[in-house]
Amino acid sequence: MHHVLVEQWSRGRSWLHRRDARAKLASLAVVLIAIGTIRIGAHVALAAYFALLLAATVAARLPVTSILLRAGTVLPFSGTFAVVSWLSGDPQRAIALVEKSYLSALAALILISTTPLPKLFAGLESLGVPRLINLVVQFLYRYLFVISEQAQHMRLASRCRGGGHGGFRAANQNRFQAAAGALAVLFARSYGRAEGVHRAMLARGFAGHFPLLAPARLSLADGGFFLSALAAAVLVRFVL
Amino acid sequence: MSGSPINPARARKTLIEVRGLKYRYDDGTQALDGVDFDLRESECVALLGANGSGKTTFVLHLNGLLSGDGFVKVCGLPVSKENLPAIRAKIGMVFQDSDEQLFMPSVLEDVAFGPANQGLAPDQATSRALQALDQVGMAWASAKAPYHLSAGEKRRVALAGVLAMDPEILVLDEPTTYLDPPGQRDLLRLLKDLPQAKILVTHDIPFAQALATRAVFFEKGKLAAEGSIDELLYEFDWRLDPRA
Repeated sequence: MHHVLVEQWSRGRSWLHRRDARAKLASLAVVLIAIGTIRIGAHVALAAYFALLLAATVAARLPVTSILLRAGTVLPFSGTFAVVSWLSGDPQRAIALVEKSYLSALAALILISTTPLPKLFAGLESLGVPRLINLVVQFLYRYLFVISEQAQHMRLASRCRGGGHGGFRAANQNRFQAAAGALAVLFARSYGRAEGVHRAMLARGFAGHFPLLAPARLSLADGGFFLSALAAAVLVRFVL
Repeated sequence: MSGSPINPARARKTLIEVRGLKYRYDDGTQALDGVDFDLRESECVALLGANGSGKTTFVLHLNGLLSGDGFVKVCGLPVSKENLPAIRAKIGMVFQDSDEQLFMPSVLEDVAFGPANQGLAPDQATSRALQALDQVGMAWASAKAPYHLSAGEKRRVALAGVLAMDPEILVLDEPTTYLDPPGQRDLLRLLKDLPQAKILVTHDIPFAQALATRAVFFEKGKLAAEGSIDELLYEFDWRLDPRA
């Protein structure tokens, strides 16, 4: 599963992994603003951003090919709008949409691949993200595991009882019929499971806040990292 | 002066006192229908009964995860909203499905979750967690992700998660589920060594016989009988082989 792998990557020990989540979040914001506001057709500047992000991936000792491929998961969405732009006679905008969305996804992926989630959420909270929103996102993420696990169990059970067999058309028809019924069951089961997880959390004193074992402290290196990211982003944005 | 001899069981401190507990689920099912129950220091009580007889619903009332009509007192504290943090620190609940209990990204963070919620400083919570992991023989897995562990290992880590909170009472809901016989044997040995009073919800009769000091039998939301496990098995015809 993608999220499991990303969580494993986030437990690395590189220089980038050791930076404070707040410094990385602020740097990400700067990079996203720079990429988002750059003029259409600035391919050299966007290539420079790509090179910087690639360098960060290598420095963080992340698997380059996997990271580059996973960042592409955003393309079906931005690609749809790019096609619309292309068909309406604006191919430059279409290309920019694809370039910018891919680079933004890559930057965000590097952040979550180098920052364990509890630290990331604590960083968001200390940067002023409302606690309720933060909590909702955390639960959403945790329950993704629950739902995907339930879905896998049900898929296995369906296949064990012959789901998906027969000719291509029959198999697809059966599969869709089974999937439609399974969705309702999946929801009910996931709900039950999520309730169980929540109960287990309450039983161990959960009061709406995920505790951190290593409280974050901003260091000079974190400040240096943010200033470097800021300088690089601004330089590329205004010079190239 | 002639006095009646003191019953050692009665002399021990009562840790849990439940009177007239009733609970009805939203769908109308009367899960508990007037349950009276006591647990004393260093006791291990097995809760027996058919599926749906109210055992798990009952234990969920002990730390306020469910709230029905009646009276529940834990270590002298009535189970009420203001006492919940203190009560949840006194009752360590190990759930049937360890996957539901292990929700943090690493074993150490998961085991430290309880102590950290109790307000311990991060280094103290970490040290408590490491101590609990050592107690269950899982210190080697502290940096691992819980989903990489076997069922038996998950069960041990789940147990460490509640031991790290230093509870006075352990509630174990079907602790042998998913465990192979060596895993059950290891768990039994581990639980026997723990000094806490225990409530054991189980269908695993040999396990209950090896661990519990007495048993109660749930039937249709009521506590139908109380006694030794052998007596209850005979009374309710729960023996695997009635001729034996």
